[in-house]
Formats: sequence, structure tokens, C-alpha cells
Amino acid sequence: MIQYIIKRFFMMILTVLLIATLTFFLMHSIPGSPFDEDRTSNPTIQENLEKYYKLDQPLPVQYVNYLKAIVTFDFGPSIKKPNESVNNLLARGFPISFELGIVTILVAVLSGVTLGTLAALRHNGIIDYLAMTFAVVGISVPNFILATLFIQVFAGQLGWLPAATWQSPLHMILPTLALATGPMAIIARLTRSSMLEVMTQDYIKMARAKGLKPSRIIIRHALRNAMMPIVTIMGTMLAGILTGTFVIERIFAIPGMGKYFVESISNRDYPVIMGSTVFYSTFLIFMLFLVDIVYGILDPRIKLHKKEGESS
Amino acid sequence: MTNMKDVEIKDEWFTPKSKNMVKAEMVVRPSLSYWADAWRKLRKNKLAMSGLLFLMLLAIMAIFVPIFSPYLVTATDYPNQNKAPSMMHWFGTDDAGRDVFTRTWYGARISLFVGWMAALIDFFIGIIYGGISGYKGGKVDLMMMRIIEVLYGLPHLLVVILLMVVMDRSLTTIIIALTITGWVGMARIVRGQVLQIKNYEFVTASKSFGAKTSRIIRKNLLPNTMGPIIVQMTLTVPSAIFAEAFLSFLGLGIQTPFASWGVMANDALPVILSGDWWRLFFPALFISLTMFAFNVLGDGLQDALDPKQGG
Amino acid sequence: MVREQAMQSNSMKQPAFDEKGKLKEKILQVEDLQVTFQTFGGVVQAVRGVTFDLHKGETLAIVGESGCGKSVTSNAIMGLIPSPPGKVTNGKVIFKGKNLTAFNKSEFRKIQGVDVSMIFQDPMTALNPTMSIGEQLTEGLRTHHKISKADAKTKAIEMLNLVGISNPHERLKQYPHQFSGGMRQRIVIAISLICEPTLLIADEPTTALDVTIQAQILELFAEIQEKTGVSIILITHDLGVVAKIADRIAVMYAGKIIEIGTKREIFYAPAHPYTKGLLNSVPRLDLLEEELQPIEGTPPDLFAPPTGCAFTARCPYAMEVCSHAYPVETSLFGQHKVDCWLQDERAKGIFS
Repeated sequence: MIQYIIKRFFMMILTVLLIATLTFFLMHSIPGSPFDEDRTSNPTIQENLEKYYKLDQPLPVQYVNYLKAIVTFDFGPSIKKPNESVNNLLARGFPISFELGIVTILVAVLSGVTLGTLAALRHNGIIDYLAMTFAVVGISVPNFILATLFIQVFAGQLGWLPAATWQSPLHMILPTLALATGPMAIIARLTRSSMLEVMTQDYIKMARAKGLKPSRIIIRHALRNAMMPIVTIMGTMLAGILTGTFVIERIFAIPGMGKYFVESISNRDYPVIMGSTVFYSTFLIFMLFLVDIVYGILDPRIKLHKKEGESS
Repeated sequence: MTNMKDVEIKDEWFTPKSKNMVKAEMVVRPSLSYWADAWRKLRKNKLAMSGLLFLMLLAIMAIFVPIFSPYLVTATDYPNQNKAPSMMHWFGTDDAGRDVFTRTWYGARISLFVGWMAALIDFFIGIIYGGISGYKGGKVDLMMMRIIEVLYGLPHLLVVILLMVVMDRSLTTIIIALTITGWVGMARIVRGQVLQIKNYEFVTASKSFGAKTSRIIRKNLLPNTMGPIIVQMTLTVPSAIFAEAFLSFLGLGIQTPFASWGVMANDALPVILSGDWWRLFFPALFISLTMFAFNVLGDGLQDALDPKQGG
Repeated sequence: MVREQAMQSNSMKQPAFDEKGKLKEKILQVEDLQVTFQTFGGVVQAVRGVTFDLHKGETLAIVGESGCGKSVTSNAIMGLIPSPPGKVTNGKVIFKGKNLTAFNKSEFRKIQGVDVSMIFQDPMTALNPTMSIGEQLTEGLRTHHKISKADAKTKAIEMLNLVGISNPHERLKQYPHQFSGGMRQRIVIAISLICEPTLLIADEPTTALDVTIQAQILELFAEIQEKTGVSIILITHDLGVVAKIADRIAVMYAGKIIEIGTKREIFYAPAHPYTKGLLNSVPRLDLLEEELQPIEGTPPDLFAPPTGCAFTARCPYAMEVCSHAYPVETSLFGQHKVDCWLQDERAKGIFS
């Protein structure tokens, strides 16, 4: 297990380094200086600016500085908002985005697993039919479409819920639902098919033959095994939710990290873009690492895989 | 052990039974080829078939509506801005007086084009990479899989966004950006399929006849790996369509006078509370229907192409 | 080969008779059991009227080809027929004076694992891969008898010792993948016996195992039966297994028991052409030059079972009567009974 964690950890570092490097060279492959658009600035001002942002140094030096910045987690000041550091932006935006993300994941996993399990237990019944129809629709409607539709209907026409910002639990309902519906639908479908498969397994028959209560058979015997495929797709799903926060925060005017990131893209505010990209990827890759460990805990076969040289 | 008491047993029945009908028990079902059988199963799946029908109609409309429409996609008509649907403008107009009906079908063009191109390019890269990796095996496979593992850990859409920031914002760039990250999934599936089938007896058989590697891949492996690959392609299309719309919605894709469903939704964002519902409704409806159609078609294909499933 | 085994093992095993030569008490009576399955293609009549008894401490083997209804019969006794699509449409299963076919699910749960236990075919899949052996052993015990964790553990260790697993203390914490196939089947047996059931149903318990391990597991069954006096219903298609441990044999074909009798009666004087065919299709080392005789053809479609004897189409001795009416049951010597028109007076002399 330890060996496995160490191996995954190095993979993680490698991936972070890769994406950091990729980001750096992509940003520097853009011809010209980020201040070219500022027509008012004269050459001296521009030079001073470049000095301030250390853009006058040769590329390798800049790269080393950049790597240092990543390790020390100091991305310097923003270009468009000079008195604001990237760190400040991240520190202000991240907690909000994190909150949105966590609530979304909770909603998606809890309701997705419940829905999928109910559908599997009532296979070919009316619940199954409704749940799966909902799931295909949920997968098909993009989150930003859902978000705008929600605002139009629930905030606009019905006026039940606030349309924007992030102030109270009431404000959280629409953005969370818009962001959670897709992952929820995916989880529901996966839980259902995985559950249907698990329920035909001999060990479930055996559990029945022991005369156990149905609740114990489902929760203790079936669900844990049925969760395996869901844990495996958690990584992709987290990435989806993370990028989803970009649009959701923009639509609902939530002052999270996603909103700053999208703004920095349209402003071409490179330090912010680089800082957030590195931060996002590190965060995501770390989450994938955690998911891997959770998988190892859920499935006892993983742990001793190396030691006993036995799989299946 | 029950007795059939109601049947009278006649003495003359106690004679050896004629043998001619003894072997008539065999159940005969016409044996169909893999593809014919898959098509038969797919046709029985009503949802998948309606998805297919919708997509064909969509393609036809996407091709012809922008050609025959009296309005140009980019043509502005400021006196007629934000008009509700009418006989003149079936889906209404936007804030520059552009015809939403024409723009919707133009958007369908963009979506379908991006979707299919991304799927096709993914397919070619994936099949080459995955095919080589799976077929060669050993160290080559190990190394190629390591690379995939690292790439798989990257947050795709984030990379795509970065690429879009750097490159100029055109359709080609969107497709390039999507395929740079998108082929990995396909390569994995192809490799898995190849590994599974590589050791089948018929491959060993053709190897022992001295067939060349390329010939083995082309003649034996490819036809047998197609099922899951086709499914993966059908599911790549909607995710590419989603990605394009997502990028355009963030202002990173197609730019405004031109239309894509994402652009239209983005443009509609400021007016969603003002009651101009048609601005959002039509692009939203069509993107959702299209993704729905691809998803149900993909599901249907998955069931139909799985040789293990009966019925 | 098979017959020799039958001879040898007979002396080892306790017969189903007590000292006075009387049959022991009946613990299970199955009467005209019928089970159907609703499918897309129609209704499958999987079990079409099965009747047999089981005595205390006895091993009854139910043999037949796959799909003949032997597993469905045992599932019906256990209350494990998935409903829908399955349904017990007729008949009684009388166990300890109660009719199980009238039981609902929660009534069944009170006897499942306690009075009636089941062993499944493949030990590789019968154990939950994500639960420790200890928990899988004790959960049934703790559900049915409210006992403490420590007591349950003691009992579990006792059971592992009984089935011959060393170091039971440490083994309890381990997971199924850390055991070999034979070990897992021992564990499955331990699980099924932990509540001390009176009836054990073993569904092809050795089919998935290596031949050498098969023998060990069969010995274990004999040993356990001697120690605990449990009655066993053994579902199998392997006549070698039957020869080793069965007291009586019921031969099933197309959802019916077509012949039933003691092991000797069935092996030495098979009366039904299907039973004869089955015995002739077993490889025999003692008769090298004799060719194996597989039974030609396939079993009938149970969507529309034939009116008469279901074996008619494959039977070398088929008569006109066979396709018109199902044969009356004929009692031969002892406990031997067969459903075949060849036993009818009017059939004598036709095939000689």
C-alpha cells in the first residue's frame, strides 16, 4: 500500500510539472508583450512594466523563477489589477468555489447513488424508467444551458429563488443544482448498471441464503462492490465539476475562483491565468490521488496486489 | 410425478415410434453476420432509432437551411432587434436583428462539424497509438501506457481553454485543441480491445501462415475491435459538441457575428430575465436534443454491438 | 469405475436406515412442486411437478443435464426463486411440518441459513471480495441468534477448524482473494454450517474445483455429515461425485424426476432409458474398449413442453404411447421408482 501511494505520488508530481511547463511555454509562445494593447503607454513605461513583472529576463531564467513561484506558491501581482496579487485572488475566490464544488459533489453522489440503486432494485419498473429517462436528459443538457434555464424559470418567471450571487443557502440552490445534475445523472446510470451486475453475483445469492435482511444485503454486500466503478470515474467527474464552476460562477455572478479565471482569460492577465491553471491542476491531480487511495481502501484486493503477486 | 389420467391409453400405441421426426427438435434461427445482427438489434431499440432519425434530419436542416434562408447568418437588422417568433422570423431575432432560425441551423452545422471532426481525428490517432501499443506489447506498450497515464491525469477542458487562449479563435483551433487531449480515451479502448483479441486462435493461425504484422492488424484485429470503438466515437461526438458550446459560451470559441449554439446562449445571457425567452430557448433546445440523440444512439449501439447480449 | 466407487463408499457411509431397518424420519417432503419463469419469450415451465422425500442424515443426489430444473428445485426449497420473473405455481415443500411454499420472504428469512443452508457452485464468486472472512462467517449467526461478537468469533473459529483451515484466528481477518479455490469452498461450507442447519443444499459444490481438491471436499462432506447428522441435497451432473457420497439418487429430465432410487438401484439397475444413457456417457476405465455413448439430441424446449414423456424425441426405445401421454409412475423393488412406459405390461417384448 505504501509503495503504491509513493508511486502514485511521484506520478502526481510529474503531471503537475508537466502541466506547469505546458502552461508556461504556451503563455510565452504568444508573440509580443501583454502590454502591447495598451496604446497609451510609451516605450519607457512599457520597459518599466516589463521589469516589474520580470518579463525582461531571458526565457530560461523566467522559467526557473516560475518554478520557484510554484514551489513557494507566490505568483506575483496581477497585470490588469496591479495592486492585487494572484495569491490574493486565489485566497478570496477558492473558498467560495470549493464550497460550491463540495456541495455539488455531495448532492451528485448522494442523489445519484440513491436514484441508481432504486432503479436497479426496481429493474424495469416505473422508478427505473423514470430515473433513467431523467439520467439521459441530465447527461444531455449542458450545465450552462441548465443554469440559464433555471434562472429564466425559477428566478425570472416564477421568482422563487435568487438569480445571482452567493450569500445564503437559498442562493446556493440553483447554481448547485445546475452543476450537479450532469454528474448526478452519470452516477445514477453507473450505479444502476453496476448494481444490476452485482445483484446477480453469487455472493449476493449467498447472502440471501444466509437469511440476511434485504437492507443489509443491499448496503453491506451490494453497494460497496457496486461503488467501485463510481470511484474510478470520480476523477473525470471532479474535472468536469471544476471546469463547470467556470461557467456556473460566471452565470450566477458568484465571486469564486472560476469567475476570476474566466475574467483573466478574456483580459489576457497572464500571471492570473498561469497561477490559477497551476493551482487548478495541482488541486485536481491531488484529488485524483485521494480517489486512488479511497479505491485502495474500498477494495482489499488492491492493497496486497504487489505483495502476493495475485490478482482477481 | 403426475399422471395424465384424462388421457385414455390405447393398446395400439405400444409400438416402436417411427424415427423420422425424432431429430426435428433443433431450433433454427437464421445465422446473421455480426453487423446484420447488430443492425437488427438496433432497429428494435425505438429510442436509439428516433435519435438516429433526429440526427439525420438535423444534418439535412443544417446543410440546407443556411443556404435557402432569406437571411444571412451575420446580417444585422437593427430596426428588428429582439423580435419574438413570427411568420417572418420563425425563432425570433437577436439583439442585432439577426434571424435566430437561420442562426440555429448554422449553429447545428458548427456543432455537427466539430463533433464529427473531433471524433474522426480521435479515432485515427487513437487507433494508431492504441493499436501499436496493444499489438507490440512489452516495453513499447509499457512506455506508451505511461505517457497515456500522465496525459490522462491532465484536466482536459483546462488544457483546451489554455490552448484556446494562446491560439487564434477559429473552428480549426477548437478542433485541434479538442483532439490534442481527446484521443487518449480512444487509444486506451483500442489497446484494451487489441490485447483481448491478440491471443485469439485465428490470429495465431494467420501468424503461423506468415502473415505480416500490418496485415494481421488490418484483416483480423480491426474488424473485431470495431464494436466498442464505434460506441466510443458516438459518445465522443456529444462531448465535443458540449466542449465547443462551452468554449464559445466562455467567449473562447466562435466569435459573435458567426453563430454557434454556445455563442447564441452566451449572447442571450444578458436578456434571460427580460422575457426574450426565444434567444436562449432555441439554441438550448437544439443542443440538448442533439446531445440526447447522440447519447441514446450511443447506448443503443453499445447494446447492439455487444456480441455477448442476446435478443 | 463409477460403480466401484459406489460399492466402496457404501460401506463407509451411514445408510438412511436405522438399526431396525426402518427409514429414518423424514425432514423434507416435496410434493408436486411446479415452478415457472416469465420471460420475454413466454412462460418457461422450469420445474413441472417434482416429488421426493428426504430423511435425516441422508444425502440425496439430484442429477441431470443443465437446464433440467435441478437448481430451480433447490432454489425453490430455499425460497430463493427470484420473483418476478419466477413463481412457484403449485405443490408443497414440507419442512419440519411447515409448508414452505406458503412462506413469505420474511418467514423464509427465519429459516434461511438457520435450518436450511446452501452451498454454491463457484467458491471464487460465492464470497464477497470486499468483506473479511470473519464477517462473512459470523453475520448469519449474528442475524439469527442474538449473540455477542466474541461468541460469534469463537463459533467461527470452531467452524474453520471443522472444515480444516489452519490458523483460524488470523484467517478470520483475511479477505477471500487471499485463499485458494479449495480453501474458499471450505469457507463456504463453514459459512453454511455455522448455524447448524438440518438441511444443506449443495449446488454443484465441486464442479469448479480441481480434481484432487474435489476429492478432499467430498470427504469433508462425508465427515461433516457424520459429525453433525445434516441431511444433504446434492445437485450435480457429475456421476462420479454421486457415486462417492449419495445415498439416493433422483434423475431429473426436463423439469421432472423421471427415476429415483438408492444409489445401488440406480447404478446397477437403471430402468429409464435416459438414466441408462447418462450412465453410458460416463468414461469408464475398466471398460477401455467400450465406446462412450453420448445421448443424441438436446432436451426439449420448456416453453412448450411435450404432452407425453419429454425424452421421447431422444429415446432409442420410444413408442407411440410416449408422445401421447406421460407415463404412470412404476414402483420397482425397494425404493426404486421410474416414470417410463417400458415398464407397462403392454410394452414387454417389443424391444427384445
